[in-house]
Amino acid sequence: MSGEEFVPLSLTPLLIGTFAAIACALPGNFLVLRKQALIGDAISHVVLPGIVVAFILTGAISTWPMMLGAAGAAVVAVVMIEAIRRLGQIEPGAAMGVVFTTMFAAGVLLLEQTDTSTVHLDVEHALYGNLESLIWLDAVGWSSLLDIDALAGLPPELLRIALTLAAVSVFTWLFWRPLKISTFDEGFARTIGIRTGPLGFALVITAAIAAVAAFDAVGSIIVIAMFICPPAAARMMTNRLETQIAWSVAFAVTSAVLGYVLAGYGPLWLGMADAVSAAGMIATVAGLILAVAAIWGPCRTRAGAPGSA
Amino acid sequence: MTLELAANHGVSVQENGLGSSPLAIRGLTVSYGQKPAVFSVDMTVQPGAMTAIIGPNGAGKSTLLKAALGIVPALSGQVTVYGDALEKQRARIAYVPQRASVDWDFPTRVIDVVLMGLSRQLGLLGRVRARHMACAMDCLNRVGMRDFADRQIGQLSGGQQQRVFLARALAQDADLYLLDEPFAGVDAATEKAIIAVLKALKEAGKTVVVVHHDLATVTDYFDHVFLINTSKVAEGPVNQAFTAETLQAAYGGRLATAQIDQISRALG
Repeated sequence: MSGEEFVPLSLTPLLIGTFAAIACALPGNFLVLRKQALIGDAISHVVLPGIVVAFILTGAISTWPMMLGAAGAAVVAVVMIEAIRRLGQIEPGAAMGVVFTTMFAAGVLLLEQTDTSTVHLDVEHALYGNLESLIWLDAVGWSSLLDIDALAGLPPELLRIALTLAAVSVFTWLFWRPLKISTFDEGFARTIGIRTGPLGFALVITAAIAAVAAFDAVGSIIVIAMFICPPAAARMMTNRLETQIAWSVAFAVTSAVLGYVLAGYGPLWLGMADAVSAAGMIATVAGLILAVAAIWGPCRTRAGAPGSA
Repeated sequence: MTLELAANHGVSVQENGLGSSPLAIRGLTVSYGQKPAVFSVDMTVQPGAMTAIIGPNGAGKSTLLKAALGIVPALSGQVTVYGDALEKQRARIAYVPQRASVDWDFPTRVIDVVLMGLSRQLGLLGRVRARHMACAMDCLNRVGMRDFADRQIGQLSGGQQQRVFLARALAQDADLYLLDEPFAGVDAATEKAIIAVLKALKEAGKTVVVVHHDLATVTDYFDHVFLINTSKVAEGPVNQAFTAETLQAAYGGRLATAQIDQISRALG
């Protein structure tokens, strides 16, 4: 494919998909190890009403009010989960399930009642992602990367996900040691002065921000695959957390790039007329990578795993 | 009230009334549900001693330690460490949790776990340097686990895992060592190795507190005991506080009379 075609039509979706996948995979490593993987799913669902409310209030699709709405909904959800768990004396998984399905359902109802026909905030995009439409029409080729006027026309989603990825990376780098210690041994972490409560909360908020930013790429339903699949596959490649993070990033990039390309060209290669959903294909590739790692990965049998002594 | 208590216990009275004991606990109450797990417990750990915390299953032994360290929230009570607030003295405490409390499938090596003991020195972003590695290797050597430094922790036996935890505590270079059931489910060689390390710590003037469940070894291993069954039952030197009467009081019907007789005989 030539630059004239690739840069305007495929470069930005590829970058957005890749950045989103990495931004989810980084906190995903810790969530999976903490057996909290579903919290990513919960958060990605509960932010939907927050986004819709922000849209209703401002009447426009603009990034910051919607991010604020999403963050507000995430905080409300975390507080509600804690409250239900404590007041109802039920296990955290059940509390999470109650809160996230209820808030997601409320979001869908709100969305249907809102007149969103003129803008692209509709049910389908929120649920399945919008990657194919995030194109860069001002670009004419590779030279546009140096053209200020053309760069101004980049889809705003690209900047948003790039900033999100930067924030997630900084968080992971800065709190690497406390995150690792408190994920492995929370009691010990507390005795050396790590504030495990606020740290765990910060991790969930970071995951929530990544989930919301990744909406553009893969939508709220499939984003959970980006939290779980690359880290879970990476765990089977190594017995060191540092290496696991590197593998998870590699798998995230592979899923995003391969998924996007296969979605766009795979059906054509098979003689079919239309492309398929990039988000769906990205999640499918991520799942396939996990399956391959589960079957052939070098570190898949572990002390506590079933079938090993 | 607090002053009175302190005077009764014969400890030196400072401003807070809790003295400068390595670990002083007053009126500590912890509850997980309706029923308290630990009820209004006072404890004064003797400096330079090896103290066993003993009591039946579910008596609140581990909870007492965890609440004293702020790992689980207490409903009420006061805790001082070397006469000071816990937060200010954290660097002087090394805590070894129950082995079963962590996931040993965690992707990390033996040496990385020991290096966690140095995290206060390393700070948030400090690099692990040759001297940190040397320190961690030395701690592994002291528990006889030097050859296992590069192993994934899930590949170790229970006894080896326990020794790695002890090595991490050694790396902290603390003054007060608190261990939760370090002998639970370990092999005889590990038990020997651990007790040798703990006795060496005592020789070096450190204070050691161990949640312990094997009544038969109490007199061999420890010089002080603390008996608990939700509330405190007895506290003091082994020959005074570890008696047939206090054991009966702590364990009630759960301890066979024959067992108590045996222990009484052993105590002379």
